Amino acid sequence: MHIVVCVKQVPDTKIIKINPKTNTLDRRSAPAILNPYDAHAVQEAARIKSRTGGTVTVLSMGPPQAVAVIKKSVEIGADRGYLISDRAFAGADTLATSYALSKALEKIEQESPVDLVICGKHAIDGDTGQVGPGIARRIDIPPITNVIEVSKINSDEKKIVVKRKQLNGYELIESQIPCLLTVEKEINDIGYSPMPNMIKAARYEPVIWSVADLGEVDRAQLGLKGSPTIVGKMFSPPRPEGGKKIEGEPTEQIKELMKLLEEKIDLFCFKA
Amino acid sequence: MSEKFDVIVVGAGPAGTSCAFVCAKNGLNVLLIERGEYPGSKNVMGGVLYRKQMEELIPEFWKEAPLERPVIEQRFWMMDKESVVQFGYKGLEWGQEPYNNFTVLRAQFDQWFARKAVETGALLINETVVTECIVENGKVIGVRTDRPDGEVYADVVVLADGVNSLLGKQLGFHKEFRPDEVALTVMEVVNLPKEKINDRFNLEENQGCTVEIFGDSTKGNLGTAFLYTNKDSLNIGVGTTLSSMIKAKLKPYDLLDYLKTHPMVKPYLEGGESAEYLAHLIPEGGYRSVPKVAGNGVVVVGDAAQLVNAIHREGSNMAMSSGKMAAEAIIEAKKDDNYSEASLNRYKDALYGSFIMKDLEKYKDAAHIFEKHPQYLRDYVPMMNRAASKFFTVDGTSKREKQKEVLKSVTDERGTFKVLKDIYRAWKAVK
Repeated sequence: MHIVVCVKQVPDTKIIKINPKTNTLDRRSAPAILNPYDAHAVQEAARIKSRTGGTVTVLSMGPPQAVAVIKKSVEIGADRGYLISDRAFAGADTLATSYALSKALEKIEQESPVDLVICGKHAIDGDTGQVGPGIARRIDIPPITNVIEVSKINSDEKKIVVKRKQLNGYELIESQIPCLLTVEKEINDIGYSPMPNMIKAARYEPVIWSVADLGEVDRAQLGLKGSPTIVGKMFSPPRPEGGKKIEGEPTEQIKELMKLLEEKIDLFCFKA
Repeated sequence: MSEKFDVIVVGAGPAGTSCAFVCAKNGLNVLLIERGEYPGSKNVMGGVLYRKQMEELIPEFWKEAPLERPVIEQRFWMMDKESVVQFGYKGLEWGQEPYNNFTVLRAQFDQWFARKAVETGALLINETVVTECIVENGKVIGVRTDRPDGEVYADVVVLADGVNSLLGKQLGFHKEFRPDEVALTVMEVVNLPKEKINDRFNLEENQGCTVEIFGDSTKGNLGTAFLYTNKDSLNIGVGTTLSSMIKAKLKPYDLLDYLKTHPMVKPYLEGGESAEYLAHLIPEGGYRSVPKVAGNGVVVVGDAAQLVNAIHREGSNMAMSSGKMAAEAIIEAKKDDNYSEASLNRYKDALYGSFIMKDLEKYKDAAHIFEKHPQYLRDYVPMMNRAASKFFTVDGTSKREKQKEVLKSVTDERGTFKVLKDIYRAWKAVK
């Protein structure tokens, strides 16, 4: 079983500051981390590997310092990793990113056939969730998003059964493999990595590929050139206003509340 | 299966990283274990890095290290409630190579320094706590960490685990501190635009200033406060021995607030924005508190060995030197494959022959004497302020008359005999 996990280095958005003038993220204000959903993806790959045997390969695109997320993935349980890093990739939107990653995946596939691709649900800096399905489309395998459990996997029959989160409940989906999963955080708990993994990761030197290493690539589809996305406007969401406190005797409070609810009935009923 | 290294260093502060760096540079297989998220994330110091000891490890480090400003001016303040007597030195030669010392932010500097050790070949593992040394037949043979499959083995374990050195205590090398052996320092990093710092401290681009503040900064208790300039922030902090804090019923953060709003200090901080709040213990027991520093398969360096000169606010430089000396002893020990206490005592000998133990010995009684006789900071600083005020106030009295008055006010307050005794005692303590 050969599992490839796509990971991204992101600024820690829990503590990042937003430049009040440009509304863009001040990336220097927060440390770079492995996208949390991707950490769960790596952990799930390692868990599947422990059942079926095989290899877990991680793949990332980013500046040279993004090797840190590959090393972090090795701590969690990946066996090896590739970083594609080149000025030609700079400024890529989700379309160009999924193209570049799919090209790297094709190269990995040439070396050792890929049975499963796993991505995080989305990256916490962009929140689009488009790159995973984008890769699936390009390498022509089915994408299954929002996965919360890998229930069964059988590499001989080339079958996988997963639970997929829905608004009200979940779907149980059976699919062929290879396919691509994007995973939610509830799929697993990330444990405290064992010491041998830590030592292996500290020693590990990820392979870095430039565009030239990827073989036949249409450069017009890479980086800023290959990115049709235009950001129209960026803004911080408005802070919710403080609510109103209803005071007085309980019966009066209820009367007042009913009155308010009737006034704002539109908020609670969908118009036909 | 557990790996065996030549050396395991516990703690990636200045002492541990120096040791790992020198060992790795000499071809030893080194594992450096840090409990923080990254080296420097848990480390605290006032912020002055000395050039000399760092340069011995990495020549011309100032060309690449993340430094804040070279210190070209050192000020000393004897501060009373509404006044201050100042002296100091400013010299442009300190602003040129090879410099004297620098202000640094530890979170950045320690990360860089650890990266240098990694580039040299040391393996660094973060977010890992060493819970105990593994001892077999009276010899330390490795460490146990809090991770699954957490045992790792080595010929020598270097304890650079900082002031509290739990590992040193487990091995029986040192006892729990007495409150007069440690100081508690609290500090804040206050963000302030570069231009404001330059104006307020009378500095130009890439010039730094340090201010050491005595007297009312600690409300007369044994300790000091400091105010250092970074590129676009200030480090302000205050520390006193735990024992005097207990005796005076002081809370460290109250003391820092008192300092920040002190009329002599406040104008420097005006408009600044608190970015970080840090607190740390500093080992200030001096010569007599230094524990056993070498055992079978183990050495102790830096704060863990209590190597701090409180009088001259030196610590990180001693940490680096001790780390280097420990590394050199380990390299020698490796040559004849003998890691016994007798063999590793090469480190002890080097340490005791160096400036570190000589300086600590010189001041071995100083802190004790100043603590026992609180008049130095409590009484003399206000006296100096009153004397200066009297002397410099122009009120028609002749200068000779003034000198007499000033001298008389000092001897009146404390008595001639006591003053002479205080002077003699202080001289003896630091001679």
